[in-house]
Amino acid sequence: MTFAFRSGDWILLSPELFLTAAALAMLGLAVSLGKKKEEFLAFFAVLAVAVTAALLVFVAGQPGRGTPILGGAFVVDNFALFFKALILLSLAMTVLASVRFVGAAPYPGGEYYALLLFAGVGMLFMVSGNNLIAIYVSLELMALSSYILAGYFKSEVKSTEAALKYFILGAFSSGVLLYGLSLVYGVTGIMGLPELAKLFETLGRSNLLLLGILLILAGLLFKIAAVPFHVWTPDVYEGSPTPVTAFFSVGPKIAAYGILARIFYVAFARFHADWALIVALVAAATMVLGNVAALLQSNVKRMLAYSSIASAGYALLGVLGFRTAWGLWGILVYLLAYALMNFGAFSVVILLETRGYAAESVSDFNGLAQRNMPAAVVMLLFLLSLAGVPPTAGFIGKYYLFTAAMKAGYAWLALLGVLMSAVSIFYYFRIVAAMFFHEGSGTKLSSSYALTAVVAMCAVGTLVIGLAPQPFLAVLKSCGLSP
Amino acid sequence: MEQLTHIPILSLVTYIPLLGALVIVFLIPKEKTGPIKAFATLVAAVDLAVSLPLWWAFDRGKDGYQFVEKASWIPSLGVDYHFGIDGITLVLILLTTIVGLIAVYCSYSAITERQKEYYVLLLLLQTFMIGTFCCLDLFLFYVFWEVMLVPMYFLIGVWGGARRLYAAIKFFLYTLAGSVLMLLGIIALYFYNTTGFLGYKGLGNAATFSIEKLTAVAAGMPAELQIWLFFAFFLGFAIKVPMFPFHTWLPDAHTEAPTAGSVILAAVLLKMGTYGFVRFSLPMFPEAVRNPRVIGLMAALAIIGIVYGAMVTLVQKDMKKLIAYSSVSHLGFVMLGIFALNMAGIQGGVLQMVNHGISTGGLFLLVGIVYERRHTRMIAEYGGLAKQMPIYATYFMILALSSMGLPLLNGFIGEFSILQGAFAKNFWWAFFAATGIVLGAAYLLWLYQRIFFGEITNPANAKLADLTLREQLTLAPLVVLALWIGLYPKPMFDVLRRPSEKIVQAVTRPAVEAPAFALERAPAAAEAEAAHP
Repeated sequence: MTFAFRSGDWILLSPELFLTAAALAMLGLAVSLGKKKEEFLAFFAVLAVAVTAALLVFVAGQPGRGTPILGGAFVVDNFALFFKALILLSLAMTVLASVRFVGAAPYPGGEYYALLLFAGVGMLFMVSGNNLIAIYVSLELMALSSYILAGYFKSEVKSTEAALKYFILGAFSSGVLLYGLSLVYGVTGIMGLPELAKLFETLGRSNLLLLGILLILAGLLFKIAAVPFHVWTPDVYEGSPTPVTAFFSVGPKIAAYGILARIFYVAFARFHADWALIVALVAAATMVLGNVAALLQSNVKRMLAYSSIASAGYALLGVLGFRTAWGLWGILVYLLAYALMNFGAFSVVILLETRGYAAESVSDFNGLAQRNMPAAVVMLLFLLSLAGVPPTAGFIGKYYLFTAAMKAGYAWLALLGVLMSAVSIFYYFRIVAAMFFHEGSGTKLSSSYALTAVVAMCAVGTLVIGLAPQPFLAVLKSCGLSP
Repeated sequence: MEQLTHIPILSLVTYIPLLGALVIVFLIPKEKTGPIKAFATLVAAVDLAVSLPLWWAFDRGKDGYQFVEKASWIPSLGVDYHFGIDGITLVLILLTTIVGLIAVYCSYSAITERQKEYYVLLLLLQTFMIGTFCCLDLFLFYVFWEVMLVPMYFLIGVWGGARRLYAAIKFFLYTLAGSVLMLLGIIALYFYNTTGFLGYKGLGNAATFSIEKLTAVAAGMPAELQIWLFFAFFLGFAIKVPMFPFHTWLPDAHTEAPTAGSVILAAVLLKMGTYGFVRFSLPMFPEAVRNPRVIGLMAALAIIGIVYGAMVTLVQKDMKKLIAYSSVSHLGFVMLGIFALNMAGIQGGVLQMVNHGISTGGLFLLVGIVYERRHTRMIAEYGGLAKQMPIYATYFMILALSSMGLPLLNGFIGEFSILQGAFAKNFWWAFFAATGIVLGAAYLLWLYQRIFFGEITNPANAKLADLTLREQLTLAPLVVLALWIGLYPKPMFDVLRRPSEKIVQAVTRPAVEAPAFALERAPAAAEAEAAHP
């Protein structure tokens, strides 16, 4: 292992560095501008994300970016670039979806946007993480920012409860993850993922090592909200301000998937016989429990929380299928689709403001088709996509995942997955029935242009990826992990 | 008509309704219901006009698919945009465009709320149905097959009867649950053709979803795998047909749907299932289909459907439900014909799909017409209508007779041919199926008697108006078709011969083919032959 820093390394990390600077600047701006100029802060945040995205494009054009940098701590391969792009997309969407909401809330907006950007920095580093400590530190940056965001409505009991639950359970799971990392380090004396993989070619497995791997898996499964580590999700999703919920369901989850895939594909691939069965069982339990529990919810945010748990279960099929290219493609395609359709669904929930809060119960959707047909139609599109009905992005994503599971020999999981997709129709279509079949006049629609733009973007993305997936698939096929 | 093959005519037929729907969505405000109706009718009429030339341009002597359109859609997966038709899909597409126009035209007075959405959904549904029939790519087929459920769900859920919410979600869940297994079957086929899966060594071919290529590949699969895949596809198709015991969604969906929805359900949507058997199950999995246990199961389910369906039909008190249950019985016939695996059975089965669309679709229209006047479908509420509505009674008589299979009308030709095929296969199949015909005559004649004969006992019926010109215009084409197929079925058999031969060749060894005799003759001759074999 060499610790020679090359100046080129910093260029490859320019998006992260810029976003860090922007987040710090945001804090300063927030203090000097005060509550009145919050729309400018939102504009600044979007601008910061946009510049970061531009830097990402610049980085993508750099030669030799596939090799580990900063002494092997990070790697900017195509896989990382894909996740970074998704993370920036979800950051931008979150800021746009928050404008109206932050303006109306009696709390300072500067902190909100700054925390969001810091969480973004953590996620960007995380998906590039090429060594256990780098991954852990960036994950904690993301997690700590998230805990505060969950409690942003600090005088609301629900929001505070959500933050506290998220923090306690999150800190516990981080501890489990860290313990796992320390065990692996203790056995091997190595931090870097590629080095670990190399060592495992010759090193036999020991119980201590397997325990370490298991604990790492548990810690990461908590972050993606897989059963049995999902219990926090409905409460946190329900209690958090809805734009924050939308962000949680997409950004941190996607980042956690990034490192889950990276750690288990790169470092622990050799021991797949030991962890594959556990992952398979977790995937099965997650798909079943997420979908069945969602059937029982009358609160839309809780329902979408369980639906996102179910989605985590589907995506685990991709982790199982890691030995064929289908698995990796499956994760990438599905997460892209998931980011758009899930964020889109939450955005429509935000669009239906009641009592300053967003829509809470399914009955808030009653008669939406009569009052605002476009909103009802795009919500239908998101729900169909979440259920995996063609021709939507969600269908293409699930198609890849089920294909990956079949190819990897988990036909029973693919069967369970398609059956659960059919079950999911039942609860998604409760919202559809409310929108189109019932009469209602309760909720009014928010008129935020920024939010409307987010909804429109998600809808176009969901439909275009469903109808003409080829350009996206062609890009994704080049998004491999560098070994 | 040479140049027809150079125009993407199938895409035109498929997407004209979609374009029309988009025009209505974006250009006609929802208050202008008159223009919406007129435009929707125009679109459906244009679609029919564009589809009709196919009937003459289609080359009946040629094997394989015609009017083929092919373009790469998702090269990463090997998915093509691939359209093309053979004789079977030709008649089904024409049935769809005819029924599509009737469905739009019959809704003028029945639908009074949210009309814009209604006509948009009808047109969308038509695009998806025609697309499903045109597909020669399995992936594309699955896309159309699934998305078709969405407009139908809304048609039932928004404009349906009292229990519409229940019926709509039941329809969607049942049919979706069936088809997701087909998706796994499709993935399995894909891998069998390419790199293999689950211990099956793949053939190493280029990735493709082409139905033609996969059919050839699948037919060579090990018998055990064929049986697995047969049942993966079976569930999706059997629910759609619906075969006993997967039929329970049908009476609900049919009864609650608005008239046009019931007509489309009966005439086209149920045919998706039987079409699936003919196009996929039989030629792709011949080993499974030849397996005596599998075929025994299929025949048993079909016969139970025929007899049980007919018996349940007998006791219905609701006209619409009665006709809905009669569909279970009629489609049992179609399934029996298809699984007779001989020319007579398959040709008869496909013809009976069309016949059922004509006669049952027409009966649903007729029930809808009195429902609009009286707002009840209970048979006991009616009686003696023949005096008050003679024209209505005449149409009802013709379509009921066509449904029960009276000679000179279309139903007879189909049922006769199916029975012939079933008889060649197994005497008892034909025996049980024939009892279904007797029961069919019983429930339809009894229904007719209760509604039309006797004195008008219910004063609410005393002032019922007879059919309007518009209503007659929706019914007349169906009656003309019923008579045409009944009197001169040769053109239909000509169109169906080649594709049916291909299927029979695929599923049977040449030696055991049942003769297809007498079918091109006029029905009177065929009937005589049936009496004195």
